[in-house]
Amino acid sequence: MSPLLQLRGVSKAFGGAIALREIDFTLGSGEIHGLVGENGAGKSTLMKIIAGVHTSYGGVMELDGRPVQFASPADALAAGIGMVHQELSAVRTLTIAENVFLGVQPLNRFGLVDWPAMISGARLLLDGLGIDVDPRASMGSISLGTQQLVELARVLFSGARIIILDEPTSALSPPETQRLFAVLRRLREEGRSLIFISHFLDDVLDICDRVTVFRNGGKVADADTAEIDKSWLIHQMIGHTHGELEESYTNALYLDSKPDAAVILHAEALSLDAAFHDVSFDVRAGEVLGIYGYLGSGQLDLARSLFGKQPLKRGRVSVDGRLVKLSSTAKARAAGLAFVPESRRSMLFAEEPVFKNMTISILQRIGRLLLHPTAERGIAQNHIASLHIRPPVTDRPLGALSGGNQQKVALARWLTHLPRVLMLSEPTRGMDVGAKEDVVHIVRGLKAQGIGILVVSTEPETVLSMADRILVMKKGRVVHEFAGEAISKDRLLAAA
Amino acid sequence: MAEVMRGAGGRGVTPLAWVRARLRNIAPFVTLIFLVVFFALASPSFVSVANFWNILTQISVTGIIAVGLTFVILCAEIDLSVAAIANAIGIIAAFFTLQDASVNIANIALPGWAAIVIALAAAVGLGLVNAIGITRVGIPSFIMTLAMLQIGAGICAMLVRGQIAYAVPDLALTLGSKSLGPVPWIVIVLAITLAVAHVVLTYTRFGRYVYMVGGNREAAEYSGVNVKLIISAVMVISAVCAGLAGMLGVAYFGSAQQNEFDTYLLDSISAVVVGGTSLFGGQGGIGNTIIGLFVLGVLNNGLDHVNIDSFLKILIRGLILLAALVINVYAQRMKATAIAAEG
Repeated sequence: MSPLLQLRGVSKAFGGAIALREIDFTLGSGEIHGLVGENGAGKSTLMKIIAGVHTSYGGVMELDGRPVQFASPADALAAGIGMVHQELSAVRTLTIAENVFLGVQPLNRFGLVDWPAMISGARLLLDGLGIDVDPRASMGSISLGTQQLVELARVLFSGARIIILDEPTSALSPPETQRLFAVLRRLREEGRSLIFISHFLDDVLDICDRVTVFRNGGKVADADTAEIDKSWLIHQMIGHTHGELEESYTNALYLDSKPDAAVILHAEALSLDAAFHDVSFDVRAGEVLGIYGYLGSGQLDLARSLFGKQPLKRGRVSVDGRLVKLSSTAKARAAGLAFVPESRRSMLFAEEPVFKNMTISILQRIGRLLLHPTAERGIAQNHIASLHIRPPVTDRPLGALSGGNQQKVALARWLTHLPRVLMLSEPTRGMDVGAKEDVVHIVRGLKAQGIGILVVSTEPETVLSMADRILVMKKGRVVHEFAGEAISKDRLLAAA
Repeated sequence: MAEVMRGAGGRGVTPLAWVRARLRNIAPFVTLIFLVVFFALASPSFVSVANFWNILTQISVTGIIAVGLTFVILCAEIDLSVAAIANAIGIIAAFFTLQDASVNIANIALPGWAAIVIALAAAVGLGLVNAIGITRVGIPSFIMTLAMLQIGAGICAMLVRGQIAYAVPDLALTLGSKSLGPVPWIVIVLAITLAVAHVVLTYTRFGRYVYMVGGNREAAEYSGVNVKLIISAVMVISAVCAGLAGMLGVAYFGSAQQNEFDTYLLDSISAVVVGGTSLFGGQGGIGNTIIGLFVLGVLNNGLDHVNIDSFLKILIRGLILLAALVINVYAQRMKATAIAAEG
């Protein structure tokens, strides 16, 4: 296969942080090329360079043997490189035909949209991909998998020879995945090239001809998929790491589960639309239950639902044996649940002083009707001292604190009067190592006080560093449980 | 002063940054001082004790409505139905009062206290309809209260059918149009309403929730605050304040008829916004509303004391409101920048 796209020595830095180091990458025509690596390994950055999103970088990119430098995504598309994003950019309220021709609607001689031409054109394209849908139906009325194929049709219509697919299977059921793969194989036969970015290693091995593995901004390996297996991929992705904290993730870690402790939270057959299905589990006293899965696996939605933010469609939840109705966050809090969401912005009041951020959830315990700012400041002082929050000031606006300190304030909110179950979503995301260790330490302290803790995350390190028992979720379902056994990062990834 | 700033901020803060972080409070105050000085110099009749009471009386109806609106705007919602509700409640109070034989309205005469209770109950009811539409059905407050504006106008039209009623319950008549010594009762009612609202917003749990819901609704929800209940409560508070203003207003005007509160919608929203309460919610309060009321009151009153085209007055008020909106939005941005710079 002659190289269609070739990158030599491509590097990219954001500020002082190096995102990509000296990457060589070759894509042949009629090739499906997989890109794998952990979050932050550099896959997305490389794809954004190829698709014209990042325009300043080091190194050379050649298309058909000629050096190219794209000024914008539109520029890249004109050269034949299109991208289907993980977050679909479809307009759900428009028809399928309008989405296919978004921005390039055919016009008739009066300068008006030529609907007959647009509908027949869309039908032709969709038939070509083997998709049987009415182009006049609204985009919102078809499944996510079909929407993705329509997006693909749009990129194809714009003349792309190289199509980048970012996590195309994360929201798809197995039959939908197979349907997508049939379409991708057909495109390969037509001589188009595809770059397939995915966390789902089985899917990568199934559909790709070649695969490139990234780690920490560098390319660590590439191979023909016929010659490798999943454990090889995982090994390449994790590699050899340094540092004591990192060590504990790569070496075997014993999950010290407590099967005899009292059940605090009992969840039974929980379902919410497309987010998760039939999820059941228990959280026991003094236990940290970790739920791990790739982005879009449903564990983050699950935690939000348990806190009443997006009420469950089906299922029963009981706390300390009492059935609870989780129709609002106020009810969830009253039932003894507490939650720290993954986004600090949706948890904190940036313009309000630190102490008000810490006491908002316990005001009803401080006074029935009136506020007691002196008592509030006292509570805040205690948390600031015990959690080592910097700077140690109660009245500064929270927005002036660093991210790690903000996260501690978010945690502090639930520590004055302990809840029965504390749910943490991505508790250490975007933190430096010191702040991460602080959070792990806080969670251990809470566990010792006998409450139940649920940690949901898309980062294996987070779950491994905190959990006593781990559930793995995949496409909205629990697919594996690790308990009372040794675990390591590669075993966790292999289950996901 | 530099010492004070250092003490409050924990470290040195430049005077410019100090002003930026407080632009919301400083700008309306400076505007008020400027207006007072300007009119004092421009008109010999502006500065007098009598005119001071005049201004206070003139802002009273607007002020009572603005108190309720302050709660609503602090929650980052809006209530466009306040003037229509005030009008409807004023008319309802008159409808249940014995009218002169010459007034051709099929009204029902009840004791004064009963008329007032019915009118206030109606205000609560209209506020609840707003609340349910916004929090249960999910209609944006802008549209929901626009519908309520029309409903309020409809209630007025149905009850008075183009006629004018003059009699109102005795209590409303006293509070709306009589004085206690030199002090008009309506000013006392305004002062009490402002004071109660200030205490509620500053010293009660409910008040804190109002600020938090306005500051970051999602965060309030993730803290377990019952956001829908808080928003429902502020809509009811707004309607009750409007209803109170309506009952005193018809006594103050000496008549109850359709469309007589129409200008109060813009005036009351202006008072809150000109005072510096953030249109995005969570920042501001009754102190701001008081300054805003005085800015509007001094402006309206002062323009009557200087020789100016009365049609130009309307334009000037519009320009002042626009300037206040610009400052309001910039104040929000500058405060965010100041917080970021402090960290």
